[in-house]
Amino acid sequence: MRYLPLNDADRAQMLEVIGAASVDELFIDVPPAAHLTGPVDLPPHAGEMEVEAQIRALAAKNLSPSRAAFFIGAGAYRHHIPASVDHIIQRSEYLTSYTPYQPEIAQGTLQVLYEFQTQVARLTGMALANASLYDGSTAAAEGVLMAARLTRRRKAVLSGGLHPHYRETVETLAQAVGIDTEALPPEVDAEAAVLRHIGPDTACVVVQTPNVFGTATDLSKIAEAVQAAGALLIVVVTEVMSLGLLKSPAEMGADVVAAEGQSIGVPLSFGGPYVGLFATRDKYLRQMPGRLCGETVDAEGRRGFVLTLSTREQHIRREKATSNICTNSGLCALAFSIHLSLLGQEGLKRVAKINYAKAHALKDALMAIDGVTVLTPRFFNEFTVELPKPAAEVVEALAQKGVLGGVPFSRLHGGGGFENWLIIAATETNTEADQAQFVAALTEVLA
Amino acid sequence: MRFSKEHEWIKDQGDGTAFVGISNYAAEALGDVVFVDLPEAGRVVKQGEAFGVVESVKAASDIYAPVDLEIIEGNPELAGDPEAVNAVPEQGAWLVRVKITDPSQLEALMDRAAYEDFLGTL
Repeated sequence: MRYLPLNDADRAQMLEVIGAASVDELFIDVPPAAHLTGPVDLPPHAGEMEVEAQIRALAAKNLSPSRAAFFIGAGAYRHHIPASVDHIIQRSEYLTSYTPYQPEIAQGTLQVLYEFQTQVARLTGMALANASLYDGSTAAAEGVLMAARLTRRRKAVLSGGLHPHYRETVETLAQAVGIDTEALPPEVDAEAAVLRHIGPDTACVVVQTPNVFGTATDLSKIAEAVQAAGALLIVVVTEVMSLGLLKSPAEMGADVVAAEGQSIGVPLSFGGPYVGLFATRDKYLRQMPGRLCGETVDAEGRRGFVLTLSTREQHIRREKATSNICTNSGLCALAFSIHLSLLGQEGLKRVAKINYAKAHALKDALMAIDGVTVLTPRFFNEFTVELPKPAAEVVEALAQKGVLGGVPFSRLHGGGGFENWLIIAATETNTEADQAQFVAALTEVLA
Repeated sequence: MRFSKEHEWIKDQGDGTAFVGISNYAAEALGDVVFVDLPEAGRVVKQGEAFGVVESVKAASDIYAPVDLEIIEGNPELAGDPEAVNAVPEQGAWLVRVKITDPSQLEALMDRAAYEDFLGTL
């Protein structure tokens, strides 16, 4: 049976109420060129086996990370995820993609989110973390909106080291609520440049460390200057594994940390779903976006977990909620929490050190190739090089040789002038053979 | 004491200052108040503009300025004792002490009898 809830008479009645002559009239804002004039050109239906065979053939055209020497980062990182993570997240006490709207029924989910918040707070050093957001970029945008509410100022300064996808997400959401953004031009060692752009109308400054070019920056001086001007410092972290080794954002004076948690527990998955981490100072609790899980006791005095401070949220405060774009990424947060629990504090440090060592060894090896200039001065597991020819072409040629050799910056940034810049990451998953293959392939491609 | 349609009251002290709070009706409607978010001293607020939030177990409601005003202080007692907003909304639990910019605006607000009539229409 086909499910057709409306008949023509229903439609006519609805159109009459809103004063439209036809359904087509509802689409007049869509430019004619984008209208569909006939049926979509698709083959007729096929049997399940045929479809499977066809899709499998298409999928085989991909070069998957597991079959290549893989050096891609720029916001999404390949790390080892223990098999136990996948096993544990599928337990029925946990398996849910969302925090339930009758939350207290799901004590297992709530306890995990509570532990997750504790982990995020300890990782970033901040007093307070929420139960996660969509991803790092929306977390950054939420930070900007929160800063505008707190300061009642309407301008955000975005560092030239901010990942361009994050910049675009912030710009999209900020302009919709009348917040101006000033995005500084891309620069490898860019974070301190924000200092020249802070004014009396600045609500916040968004910086990133390690930034999109891999540069790690001590933000302490920047934090002092930003706060002296009455603005908030929002620190973006796209590679959360770096927090196992680098100074925490809180130690450097961050007011808000907006991070991508994918590196811990979440596979690359063609770009999502990922998990946004959001942490801030205690005093901003009531302006923080997103769900918050709290510990309490039940009527009999037993420990239990609740969602708390929900009056900030959209199902109660509607358009005045602290966020109307947020959700939490329950399943990814669960995976994050389990992976981090398995690693522990020492394990995280150890993995972080391996990342650092692999990336620095790779840098030394690549530097020895004629025509390769390393641009990034201080880094964790990712750095940017300048090549003697367009990076997009080099990356294609490397892929032919079974090497996924990084992300050309021109792929992320629309403006010209960066065609020869290549962002390269190395993690604990890269073997010495991977590195040797990369060095040999790049040497050949540039010869 | 004069009332606004947004259920705030304002009590003119006769020296250019006044206290502002929420009415018995508003406190009753909100339910148990758990937090009051008040503005910092010196903030200038236009009539009808939100300047704070009263948060109860079931809702968080903006507080609107009944007239143009400048904040002198928020009630320091309420941080530790938000329940006072339920207990004595029209007596001790004032929310802010303010400077009134334009006293003539008070005239346009309702007196108690008019406010009671207004509540009857809701």
